[in-house]
Amino acid sequence: MRPFQYERAADPAGAIATLAARPDAVFLGGGTNLVDLMKLGVATPRLLVDVSRLPLDRVETLPGGRVRIGAAVRNSDLAAHPIIRRAYPVLSQALLAGASGQLRNLATVGGNLMQRTRCVYFQDVTKPCNKRQPGSGCPARAGHHRDLAILGTSDACVATHPSDMAVAMAALDAAVHVQGPRGPRVVSVNELHRLPGDDPRRDTVLEHGELITAVELPALPLAARSRYRKVRDRASYAFALVSLASAIHVEDGVVRDVRVAFGGVGPRPWRAWRAEAALRGGPATEAAFRAAAEAELAEARPLPDNAFKVPLARNLLVRTLLDQAGGQSR
Amino acid sequence: MNGSEHRLVLDTRTTLLDALRERLGVTGPKKGCDHGQCGACTVLLDGRRANSCLALAVAHQGADIVTIEGLAAGEDLHPLQQAFIAHDGFQCGYCTPGQLCSAVGMLREAEAGWPSAVTADVAAEAVELSPDEIRERMSGNLCRCGAYVNIVAAIAEVAAR
Repeated sequence: MRPFQYERAADPAGAIATLAARPDAVFLGGGTNLVDLMKLGVATPRLLVDVSRLPLDRVETLPGGRVRIGAAVRNSDLAAHPIIRRAYPVLSQALLAGASGQLRNLATVGGNLMQRTRCVYFQDVTKPCNKRQPGSGCPARAGHHRDLAILGTSDACVATHPSDMAVAMAALDAAVHVQGPRGPRVVSVNELHRLPGDDPRRDTVLEHGELITAVELPALPLAARSRYRKVRDRASYAFALVSLASAIHVEDGVVRDVRVAFGGVGPRPWRAWRAEAALRGGPATEAAFRAAAEAELAEARPLPDNAFKVPLARNLLVRTLLDQAGGQSR
Repeated sequence: MNGSEHRLVLDTRTTLLDALRERLGVTGPKKGCDHGQCGACTVLLDGRRANSCLALAVAHQGADIVTIEGLAAGEDLHPLQQAFIAHDGFQCGYCTPGQLCSAVGMLREAEAGWPSAVTADVAAEAVELSPDEIRERMSGNLCRCGAYVNIVAAIAEVAAR
């Protein structure tokens, strides 16, 4: 590992100012991804600014029923929080489907959003990778890509965003609160992560020195019956092949509202806007769910070894919405 | 660490695992994968289970750390240690210190009512540690000898007390 300095930030403003003055500095949260990437030589910061102990560790209900989650809240604490378990079960379930108990105890909400892809070529500095080394090429297309993306990819990069938590937040329309050298701003979680295009280096729209301070969930009665389902190669402690965060409200057989986001299929948590638009106001039937899934997946560009994700994503959406609509008036 | 205070001057690159093993001579926590994938390095960090291989020591100054060496009370083994012996919950023993520290932390989490990925209703206030719940909650600790069946039985016995 390359030598680095370490500073424990006293407040967000100080942390941001330190980073702004140092292009070679990065924020440190729980370290579960960053420290690993430093061991692998993928991340080579000269200065770590530890933001894990900033007073951003609370989950609180705001006027109007919104819920504000501090960026330093540990993944395990968020999953176990009574408000989240009752009002946003999809978020608890997504967090609990990710990593392991001991990793969730370290990992922070901000760090979870900022984690990097687990593409094997990105993590191996002896291999080319356009995300790590622009212009060096992407061996995944002709090589190992079984777990990589089918939507939102480019010729330059087919990496997936690995987070489960972010998929639930995408379905919930969470707002990411950011502070930076040029002041605060709010970014929808659905706009936080970039599509790779011809510049896959940057995963997010955040500028150097911008710090995620909180994630805000809107009041959303629909979310009380939300759900996260994850398909993976083993029953626990594995990244998603395809996952789904969803909620649906059916009245008299008609879809009044619906939320759908996929994980494991794209470079960002994949909010299924097309599927939602196709469903809203229409019949809550298996045929309609299937048509909506197919509308969303029409633009999928699978590679030979991940083509199975297209029917898998479709079936996961159909089956889960059927289950969720089942108990409601038809 | 394990009830005593230590003052160390460390390279910032030192992980908590390396500080424990190489500087303090506490070799219970094991270096398996060194990437947070196997759980052999699990310790209790401020009372909660954590992978010490991904924790930078410098980021945990002042923390209260308990390793496998700190679980027993003198000659009296921790109930989980006794149960692992009674149920033959190990073969080579390399993963065992991590399994035990993880199990201690896991039982605390269940006691606090934390749900898991196999909990049917995450809003339920109490958790019953079925074998499926124990397997899910312990999935961050790998055992290459495959002693899982007996590890689950050992933990279930202690959980039922």
